[in-house]
Amino acid sequence: MQDFTFAFLNLEIVREAWPILWSGFLYTIALSLLTVPLGMVGGVTLALLATSGPWAVRLAAAAWTDLFRAIPPLVLLVFLYAGLPFAGFDISAWGAVAIGFFLNTGAYYGEVLRAGIESVPRGQMEAARSTGLTRGQALAHVVLPQAVRNVMPDLISNTLEVVKLTSIASVVALPELLFQARQAQSVTYNATPIVAAAVAYFLLLWPLVRLISRLENKAMVGR
Amino acid sequence: MGGFESFLFSFFNLKVMATYLPLVAKGFGLTVLLALLIVLCGLALGLALAVLRSFGVRVLNWGIIFVVDLFRALPPLVIIVLLFFGLPAAGITVSGFAATWLSLTLVLMAFAEEIYWAGITAVPKGQWEAARSTGLTFLQTLRLVVLPQALRITIPPLTNRTIAITKGTALGSVVGVAEILGASQSAMSFSANPSALTLGAIAYLILFIPVVAFGRWVETRFAWKR
Repeated sequence: MQDFTFAFLNLEIVREAWPILWSGFLYTIALSLLTVPLGMVGGVTLALLATSGPWAVRLAAAAWTDLFRAIPPLVLLVFLYAGLPFAGFDISAWGAVAIGFFLNTGAYYGEVLRAGIESVPRGQMEAARSTGLTRGQALAHVVLPQAVRNVMPDLISNTLEVVKLTSIASVVALPELLFQARQAQSVTYNATPIVAAAVAYFLLLWPLVRLISRLENKAMVGR
Repeated sequence: MGGFESFLFSFFNLKVMATYLPLVAKGFGLTVLLALLIVLCGLALGLALAVLRSFGVRVLNWGIIFVVDLFRALPPLVIIVLLFFGLPAAGITVSGFAATWLSLTLVLMAFAEEIYWAGITAVPKGQWEAARSTGLTFLQTLRLVVLPQALRITIPPLTNRTIAITKGTALGSVVGVAEILGASQSAMSFSANPSALTLGAIAYLILFIPVVAFGRWVETRFAWKR
C-alpha cells in the first residue's frame, strides 16, 4: 500500500511538479478556447451550406463532413504536422492543431447543427420571409436560434469531446496538461504527475458531464 | 521538378506506397481486431452496468455513476498513458495493445451504460407494472419487456458513440501499437516520404466511410416518429 501511495499518490512529487502541471493546465484551457470557437465557425458554415446551398454545394458539404468524420483526428494532426513539411509547408504545432481541429471539430459541429436546422419546420422560414425578413435575417433571427436550442445537449456534449481531444496536442509536443505530466513523470520516474493530470481533467470536466447526463436523460424520456 | 510533380512525389508516390502496402495492411488488420474487441467488450460491460443499476441498490448505483462519470470526463489518451506508463510503477507491465484496448473499452462502457440507462428509464412505468402483474419476475420483465423496447431507441446514439470511440484506436500509435497510424508512421520514417501516411489515411477512409454512412442510415432507419 505504501509502495502504491509512493508511486501514484506522492504529494512530494505533486508539490515539485506543480508549476509545470499548472502551466500545462492553463495551456489546455487556452487550447480549448482556441479550438471550440474554431470548430463552431466551421460547423455553422458547413451546416448552412448543407441545408441551404444549391444541390451541388449541399452534396459537397455532406461529403466533406463525412470525410472528416471518418479520419481519426490524431491521423489528421500527424499528417499536418509531420507530413506537410515534406511538401515544403513548414507548419508550427499550433498551426497544425488549429487546422486539424477546424477540420475535425467543424465536421462534428456541422453534423449536429445540420440536424438542428432540419428539425425546425419549414413554415418558420416561410413565415419569417413573408414578414419581410431577408433570407439571411430569417436564418439568423428565426431558424438558427431554434435549431441551436433543439440540439443543445449534443452541442454541449460535442464541446466536452473537443476539450478532451486537446490532449492529442501532446503528440505534437504542445506543452498542454498531458504533455507536461509526461515530462514530469519521465524526470521523476514516478506516475503521480499523470494521476494528477487525470484528476485535473476530471475536476475540470465533471460538472459538464453531470449537466450532459441530465439533459440526455430528459431528451430520451421526453420522446 | 514542378510544384505539382513534387507534390505527387511526396504524397502519392506509388513506389513508396507499393513497398509499404503490406505493413499498412497488417496495421489495418490490427486496427480491425482492436476495434472489434473494444466494441464487443465495451457494449457488453455497459449493458451489464445498466442492468445492475436497474436493481436500484443505492450505494452500488453511486459507485456505477461515479465510474461512468470518470470515464466520460477523462480523455482516452490520458487513460492510455496512465495505464502504459503508470502501471509499471506498480510492477504491472501492460502492452500498448492491452492499454489501448482496456482504455477504450472502459470509455465505451461508460458511454454505453449511460445510453442504455436512459433507454431503460424511458420505458413507461406502466410497462413494468403490467409485466410484473402477469407474474413475470423482475429479471424476466427486464429481459422480455423493458430491454427490447429500451434497446431500440438506444441504437442511433449508441452507433454514433461507438464509431467515435472506435476511431480512438489511432491513439494506440502513441504507445507503440502498430495499427494503421503506427504502421504508416514507421513507414514514413523508413522511407522519408509521407506517401506512407497518405496510404494510412486512405486505409482509415476505406474502413470508416462505410461505417459513418452506416451510422447515418441507422439514424434515419430507427428515427423516432415525432
